[in-house]
Amino acid sequence: MTETAAQAKTAVQAASALVKNDESEGMSYLESLPRRLVTLYLPLFIILVVLLFPFYWMGLTAIKPDEQLIDMETYNPFWVIHPTLKHITKLLFETEYPRWLWNTMYVAACATTLSIIASVLSAYAIVRLRFKGGEAVGVLIFFAYLVPPSILFIPLASVIQAYGLFDSPLSLILVYPTLLIPFSTWLLMGYFKTIPFELEECALIDGASRWQILTRIVIPLAIPGLISAFIFSFTLCWNEFIYALTFLQSTPNKTVPVAIVNEFVDGDIYKWGSLMAGALVGSLPLVILYAFFVEHYVSAMTGAVKE
Amino acid sequence: MTTMQTSMPARVVHTDTRPLWERLRTNRNWLALWFMLPTAAFLILFLAYPLGLGVWMSFTDERIGRTGVFIGLENYDWLWHDSIFWLSVFNTLLYTIIASAIKFAIGLYLALLLNRHMPFKAMIRAIVLVPFIVPTVLSAIAFWWIYDSQFSIVSWSLIKLGLIDHNINFLGDPNMARASVIFANIWRGVPFVAITLLAGLQTVSPSLYEAATLDGATDWQRFRYITYPLLTPIIAVVMTFSVLFTFTDFQLVWALTRGGPVNATHLMATLSYQRGILSGRLGEGAAIATAMIPFLLAAIAISWFGMQRRKWQQGSDND
Repeated sequence: MTETAAQAKTAVQAASALVKNDESEGMSYLESLPRRLVTLYLPLFIILVVLLFPFYWMGLTAIKPDEQLIDMETYNPFWVIHPTLKHITKLLFETEYPRWLWNTMYVAACATTLSIIASVLSAYAIVRLRFKGGEAVGVLIFFAYLVPPSILFIPLASVIQAYGLFDSPLSLILVYPTLLIPFSTWLLMGYFKTIPFELEECALIDGASRWQILTRIVIPLAIPGLISAFIFSFTLCWNEFIYALTFLQSTPNKTVPVAIVNEFVDGDIYKWGSLMAGALVGSLPLVILYAFFVEHYVSAMTGAVKE
Repeated sequence: MTTMQTSMPARVVHTDTRPLWERLRTNRNWLALWFMLPTAAFLILFLAYPLGLGVWMSFTDERIGRTGVFIGLENYDWLWHDSIFWLSVFNTLLYTIIASAIKFAIGLYLALLLNRHMPFKAMIRAIVLVPFIVPTVLSAIAFWWIYDSQFSIVSWSLIKLGLIDHNINFLGDPNMARASVIFANIWRGVPFVAITLLAGLQTVSPSLYEAATLDGATDWQRFRYITYPLLTPIIAVVMTFSVLFTFTDFQLVWALTRGGPVNATHLMATLSYQRGILSGRLGEGAAIATAMIPFLLAAIAISWFGMQRRKWQQGSDND
């Protein structure tokens, strides 16, 4: 009882403080700074350090000269004395890395574009055309999202072989949409539902066809959703491994993740510099893309889960 | 009344006399068929058909380069008596259960931390997600270097701190290798769990916490009786995805250990790749992959019924 009274008293005091300093801090003013240090900043700092350390290590190794890499006694391993771009230039000019980077980008861009077109059409049909069995189709598409590549790659390898697409980037461009369409359809369904259907009714009365409604009204209004779906799908394609590993055989056709695992591992003790440079250069495009579209990315991730 | 009369005959005319092309272009169901066509084509050709084909292949002795014949349950019988297969089942379950449980605990904790007021909030949230953005294989390569048997930075630091006296053989010792792979998986999965749970936390109204605080609720009570019940639906969805993706993981293990040492980290997916693609025994590989399906269905069913039960409880609580 006294506790409650004390709490209430602090709350009243704090409420008056809040009037003076009206920010969206919620109840955080109830905590003292030392307490916040221990319960918030310290654990957060530790988690952030653990989450980011592998990237620091990746970047550091990529610019370390070879002798500093393996001599951990004379040089402090956590820092680099004379940074070198040797590993990165070697990667870009002496290996097929640019080619692999191009393959990855090409496959990701094509597969994503195809998936977005298919998803816009199907999401619109499910949300707005309300055809017979529409809801069942929506649920089926959701289940397609739950089918993992690890149980499909063996039969798909034989399908790809039968279609004569083995070792061709086209195989990945055609297969990746099965990972992307279910996700983007659900994401876009969420966006389309928020567009007021009165707009479409007006257009229908003015004599617009469904196609015109889609291209002139719905798509322009759903641009943020389309960007989210695009960014997320692009990242998924870039990240995909098992299909690329199974379907692609010849070195020039490989994508970055597959090539790094298979082509750089040569038993050389100095391989680490170029390996880390390869991993760094392969991650940077995605990290830059992410930096520009953080909000879209997060809304894609959480949107698909919430649905 | 007048509108009724004008619209009724119009509908009859509509269905009877318009030409076929006009009907295909405007009838809602036909229109929907056209709209669904690209999605249906992709999903049937490259998802539903291979799924069925995979189950069929698991009953054949197909190899790379020649088609197989039906051999019934022989593949499964072979696997049933194969200790490596059972080891991979054990590894997969161990990997899934431990990694998912820790991912959930740390992810929820991180989400609660990120939900509090602090400077540079948006930037910190953005940074947290970076491990999820970077392709798994590329960060696995970084872990491979961190886990190196001679030049591991972890071993070096622990030796300098005087905690151990020789390098840890991270990926050479079976149990150490399991722990290392699980750690890398947790590292990669925590941001996804944290950010999605954070999105759920942000929908909880702060006035609930204020009311509870006025009533004298402790931090734990506020978490237990406000946050947790309101967050349960999203927890169920997030953890279903997390469990499914962990169970079917392939790339992290393949990049780090390829199933070694002595098969200690072989998951069902990596074993299926090794037997099916590398050894060329497609039928046997497909049987291992098919054996994963019951586990996946069980995981989906558990979370589905968990959600239903929660809905029902919340429904009765609201009355």
